[in-house]
Amino acid sequence: MSLSWYEASARQRVAALVDAESFEEFVGPEQRAMSPHLPLFDLPRAFDDGIVVGRGRLDGRTVYLAAQEGRFMGGAFGEVHGAKLVGLLRAAVTETPEAVLILFDTGGVRLQEANAGETAIAETMRAIADLRRAGIPVVGLVGGRAGCFGGGGLIAGTCSRLAVSEGGRISVSGPEVIETNKGAEEFDSKDRALVWRTMGGKHRRLAGGADRFCDDTVEAFRAAALDLIGRAPAFDLATLEAEQARLEDRIARFGDCRDATEIWARLGVNDPAGVPALSAADFDGLVAGLEGTTHDAR
Amino acid sequence: METMTFRHTTKGPLAGTKPQAITGVVASGNLEVLLERVLPPDQCTIEIATPVVGYGDVWEAVAADFVARAQPGGLRIAINDGGARPDTVSLRLLQGARLMETGR
Amino acid sequence: MTDWRRQRTARDARIAAGRAHADGKVVAAADVVDLLEAVLRPGDRVCLEGDNQKQADCLARGLSACDPDKVHGLHMVQSGIVLPEHLDVFETGIAKRLDYSYSGPQGARIAKMLYGGQIELGAVHTYLELFARYFIDLTPNVALIAGVSADRAGNLYTGPNTEDTPTVVEATAFKNGVVIAQVNQIVETVPRVDIPGDRIDFVVEADTPFYVEPLFTRDPAAVTETQILMAMMAIKGIYAEYGIRRLNHGIGFGTAAIELLLPTYGERLGLKGRIATNWALNPHPTLIPAIEAGWVEQVHCFGSEVGMDRYIAARPDIFFTGADGSLRSNRAFCQTAGLYACDLFIGSTLQIDLMGHSSTVTTNRVAGFGGAPNMGSDPHGRRHPSDTWMKAGREAQQTGDPALMRGRKLVVQLVETFGDGLVPAFVEHLDALELARTIGLELAPVMVYADDVTHIVTEEGIANLLLCRNADEREQAIRGVAGYTEVGRGRDKAKVEHLRARGIVRRPEDLGIEPLDADRSLLAAKSIKDLVHTSGGLYEPPARFRNW
Repeated sequence: MSLSWYEASARQRVAALVDAESFEEFVGPEQRAMSPHLPLFDLPRAFDDGIVVGRGRLDGRTVYLAAQEGRFMGGAFGEVHGAKLVGLLRAAVTETPEAVLILFDTGGVRLQEANAGETAIAETMRAIADLRRAGIPVVGLVGGRAGCFGGGGLIAGTCSRLAVSEGGRISVSGPEVIETNKGAEEFDSKDRALVWRTMGGKHRRLAGGADRFCDDTVEAFRAAALDLIGRAPAFDLATLEAEQARLEDRIARFGDCRDATEIWARLGVNDPAGVPALSAADFDGLVAGLEGTTHDAR
Repeated sequence: METMTFRHTTKGPLAGTKPQAITGVVASGNLEVLLERVLPPDQCTIEIATPVVGYGDVWEAVAADFVARAQPGGLRIAINDGGARPDTVSLRLLQGARLMETGR
Repeated sequence: MTDWRRQRTARDARIAAGRAHADGKVVAAADVVDLLEAVLRPGDRVCLEGDNQKQADCLARGLSACDPDKVHGLHMVQSGIVLPEHLDVFETGIAKRLDYSYSGPQGARIAKMLYGGQIELGAVHTYLELFARYFIDLTPNVALIAGVSADRAGNLYTGPNTEDTPTVVEATAFKNGVVIAQVNQIVETVPRVDIPGDRIDFVVEADTPFYVEPLFTRDPAAVTETQILMAMMAIKGIYAEYGIRRLNHGIGFGTAAIELLLPTYGERLGLKGRIATNWALNPHPTLIPAIEAGWVEQVHCFGSEVGMDRYIAARPDIFFTGADGSLRSNRAFCQTAGLYACDLFIGSTLQIDLMGHSSTVTTNRVAGFGGAPNMGSDPHGRRHPSDTWMKAGREAQQTGDPALMRGRKLVVQLVETFGDGLVPAFVEHLDALELARTIGLELAPVMVYADDVTHIVTEEGIANLLLCRNADEREQAIRGVAGYTEVGRGRDKAKVEHLRARGIVRRPEDLGIEPLDADRSLLAAKSIKDLVHTSGGLYEPPARFRNW
């Protein structure tokens, strides 16, 4: 039976994503690189501080990987967690693997070590820019229970390519944050169908925020990663200008929409209400028939 | 946080050669168990860090039953607990021992 | 001369007073308070329909807005205390006395009000018991009920959540009472007549559709390995062993796990058609995979479940449906079915003591029982045999003439040894006893009495109490499956091993079950979305259960 990405732990995802037995972990749990801050708050620590980093092979090609564990502290960035990711990315700049994969599963920055976490977000984005400038694709995979929020959402925006499953969510402010600041009339975080059609995988794919939609299986994410590595855009002025133009065009086209279904209708989807129920294959068919959802910018 | 360590003598070493395994996740009601084959073959230690204080006698009983059942000689076992129930702890310990035995 | 028609005359007067606020039978939502003040008399016995699921909420709001100078001292008789308004009326003096059955969401407030003397409590009943008393000594003067739609003559369509309505109306309308129904809509013709119009005196078109709580939806994503292990033990050690075909399930995650394992683990054991075919059950979404895999012959329901209506309507071979195609549920009949026509009840509880008494009461909540004690009891009035029932009877028989042996219903408690927050499920003394003392209840609120329980299933094993021959064996059998709770650690290990040798205590390995095989991959559906998919898109879960 195929392993559900959503249900799997970070370690299970990594082990099943790369070629069999090829994963080699850096700063493994036996080194006990744990948060120095959490004990001050009487909170339990994890031996890997909620992130697995290392090297493996994908169809024989060397890739560097980082996988966040969304069930530990909501996959949030702390000092050690962030340092492991930044360290991996910087090592990749010198070691030049064929690609770097980030398996996002995060609510953002850990409140208990927010300064270190915020710094790590900035350093991560800088390191991704360096990698991409060196011609190494950085591909983000989003399909865990914590989604990809806060600083994670920002980092995702700097990746070369993103793959997302239905369960995956990508945003900066999470549903509860929006509701707290703007009220339930603006965004009812308990209306989970609303949450998913606003931040979920299908909408992100339709709106161009993600480049590939996949079934909730490790195999599907593996196929997506291989595909996206192969078609990562160049990281140059032309790409950035194209991305800027894409975003400006998106605001112009959809800025007045009140619900994702209105955006989908404007994109030419005949039955917007039926989108959430579509299987991955049917959804891919739908996307293939629409203009402007596949583009080279990012 | 409460920490405790239990030391046990076993009849012999745990089968298998895998040097290290980890199972479980530190989450509410869950725990992670790190197992390392670093001790003499008739020794086993179990170290626990838990945010739930006052259950030392339960941990002691769970650890003793696990050692009696799995005979995990040679293992240094470390637990980061997220408030797991004793049956979940037992299950993770057994899962960990099986990983060390079979390599899977 | 004796006046034999005083009640009838009084009823006619109430209806005449109410007509001033009605157009025929139809009353606008804005006039509910006027209507109730006109119809109600101080001290009336009033049934405000608060069912397990559907709520006459518009009428509840109206009642709580009545002037306590005009309407006061009411005696409320209703199965569910669910909405805040159900208790607000006791704070304002509109109501004084209460007989009820279930108060899940208001359990803490009701305990406080009982303790503060704001409520005069009659009793906490089981559903069937309360329904029975509607016909003997708690007959309502006025019933306030809920339906989906009505025509102007009062013909009522209850929709799939028929639940308590026919019982309440029967007791009220035929004994000189007044029946007021709130409906979501007044229509030309109702889809089907669940209650004939001549039993309905007033119809209120509610301002909002009546509230229904999705009480029976368990998200497969939240089912744990421990619950799967317990479900495997229940299927192999009880369902297969006794050949249980006619049954009722509680609403916990443990029983949901059993439902989700039937088409996988159950199939592997070759049990299809041999167990779990005929059900008294709400339409649990987690039963969808078993139904679709052809395991289930038929299901009779107490009420419906939010989101299941289209699925049910498309499976009339399985469910009881009306000429309009939608589900017809009926709590009184289904409770009776669960009591007399089922061979097994399996459910969860919060506390079990050393003899096997169990209760869902904790020190500061009076949650009530609902139907569990009806389902979870051995009906001594049963006279039809079944293999399951007879086998349990043979196991239980200790003395007496075998020719006079009768069967036993299987009543199984499926409990994890520790609940949320590491609270032990096994205790020396039930909190219910302490609560009864504190607030002066004559009867301690025990949900299932020890003499009705036949098996206890925990993650540690199964205790078969039928086979215990004295109190000490019983206590050790219970301790023997109580895990690492104080009760469990207080066992006599040698005695428990002896019980194990006799098959009274059975461990997973005794049943050929490897605990490490208890994996979520065994679930026939791992998420609500899987359930939707399995139902062919017919199941429409409420928004709060979606993640797509």
